[in-house]
Amino acid sequence: MMSFVLAFVVGGLICVLAQLTLDLGTNLTPAHVMVLFVVLGAVASGLGLYEPLIEFAGAGASVPLPAFGHALVKGMLKGAAEKGLSGLLAGGLTGTALGLTVAILAGLAMALVARPKG
Amino acid sequence: MTTKKNGQTIGFSNPPAVLGAAAVVGPKEGAGPLAGWFDVVKADRLLGMKSWEQAETKMVEEAVNLALAKAKVRHQDVDFFLGGDLLNQIVVTSFAARTLDVPFFGLYGACATVAEALALAAVLVDGGFAVNVALASSSHHDTAERQYRFPAEFGIQRPVTAQWTATAVGAAVVGPHGKGKVQVTHVTVGRVVDYGQKDPMDLGAAMAPAAADTIARHFEDTGRDPEAYDLILSGDLAAVGHPLCVELLERKGLRLDNRFVDCGLMLYDDTQEPVAGASGCGCSASVFAGYLFKNLEQGRFKRVLLVPTGALHSPTSCQQGESIPCVAHAVVLERSG
Amino acid sequence: MKATKEQADEYKRLVMRRSPRPAILRNALWAFGVGGTICAVGQFFLNLALLGGLPLTEAVPLVAGVMIAIGAALTGLGVYDRIGKRAGMGAALPITGFANSIASAAMEFRREGLLLGVGARLFTIAGPVIVYALAAGLVVALIRMLVSGPAGS
Repeated sequence: MMSFVLAFVVGGLICVLAQLTLDLGTNLTPAHVMVLFVVLGAVASGLGLYEPLIEFAGAGASVPLPAFGHALVKGMLKGAAEKGLSGLLAGGLTGTALGLTVAILAGLAMALVARPKG
Repeated sequence: MTTKKNGQTIGFSNPPAVLGAAAVVGPKEGAGPLAGWFDVVKADRLLGMKSWEQAETKMVEEAVNLALAKAKVRHQDVDFFLGGDLLNQIVVTSFAARTLDVPFFGLYGACATVAEALALAAVLVDGGFAVNVALASSSHHDTAERQYRFPAEFGIQRPVTAQWTATAVGAAVVGPHGKGKVQVTHVTVGRVVDYGQKDPMDLGAAMAPAAADTIARHFEDTGRDPEAYDLILSGDLAAVGHPLCVELLERKGLRLDNRFVDCGLMLYDDTQEPVAGASGCGCSASVFAGYLFKNLEQGRFKRVLLVPTGALHSPTSCQQGESIPCVAHAVVLERSG
Repeated sequence: MKATKEQADEYKRLVMRRSPRPAILRNALWAFGVGGTICAVGQFFLNLALLGGLPLTEAVPLVAGVMIAIGAALTGLGVYDRIGKRAGMGAALPITGFANSIASAAMEFRREGLLLGVGARLFTIAGPVIVYALAAGLVVALIRMLVSGPAGS
């Protein structure tokens, strides 16, 4: 189906951009690139560009890390509209709460059941 | 004791002997080009222990015991144990020393530790302060990674300049002159050299100036030519550092040609992991204890110069913006008779 | 011996001249292939959620949760590091990579105990992402509100 192709291509392209940034940039580590891209996602969200990208490419835009930045901004704006300042501050983590909770608990689970093999 | 010192180099008039040596390595090293030269190849890196650190400690103990057995020296006849590894507080070596139960000098020279240990062991024996001195130097891929870099299961892509820390231990026993055919005739103690390199994923470039400094110093102090040696080995300059060192030496007027090789380039072949080469204390130590010692003992080499280099940064110094100072120590190993 | 600035700069130029280049094309292809595949897998779950009647705004976070769980599981199985070393950012940039950074740290530092090992060091690698995403997010949200009023979205 078309949705898979779009997701594959757009997701792949975002990753290629990140890889090129890593390879061509001097003194950039993967950690730097991850932070850069998540911040870019936030900026794109503020410009109103990221939501349309998700509607267009689905998981191709929602799975890469910039989507995390977008989700934070989206959550903050939603919170601000509903509850003003407290909503603004609470909205970011609220919007990403599911993912963060799963990440922490899944990480803990892996620590309990799995050993690093190197 | 009529030993002389010139510059940074000590020359022993009655060179102490290396009575025996043993190399214990991990599976990757045991599958590389030098496979047949190591005494023990382990099947995995954890060895059924509860931590990587415990596994490395076990390898050190095994290597030292094996070296003692091959040297035919009993535990109770060992005067001192010298050793070091890459970990904070050289914890692996300290715990191995606890088991070995011999008076202990802990050393930190990073990847140059085996040369530092050989040098000091020779000095202790030549000075008449010891009859038998055991030494060991080790590294382990996973203990180094979790301290300096990343968790084992993290999906990091290493840059092309990165090196793979060897899981390997080299151990030896140094004893009185005449008790063995392989001797330590000279040691050149390196000074710390820092040319401002800051990338901990490119240690070859950071270490090359220190290696060149000590090598040049050695030839100046001894008045020798490169042709005096069958082989000159750097420790783990690898694919990036070794050519840089060659160029730096040429600028000092020294041409080493094909006799100049690098342990880090010898340990793995091209099909094993796309990195610049091996690194770690165990790299030069295991190549010394396995490949070099056996070849010297069997008469295939007459005289070699072992010059490993250590990168003296800490897990946090680079993050603080510091550059990476390095030191290289040189040891001349010669077969008598 | 600390080299002078001139010596250090000259050496730096020598190092940069002699430094090997990364395999840019090969890395880009791997990043594209693996990153794209991970996103395609996410799309599969997204389609399921949408077919199940969920609106996009609810399906997206759910799919993120599923992909995070998958990333953690692949880390536990010892597979993700093998994917990552070839795929580079193709494995690090998707949300599965975020999960991998947390799960791998958790597993590694288990040796130092559940409290001071796992608990304290879970976010060793992922921490910067969360901190700076949150900071950037707040700045962007504030600017957005200033520009288009508090209800703008």
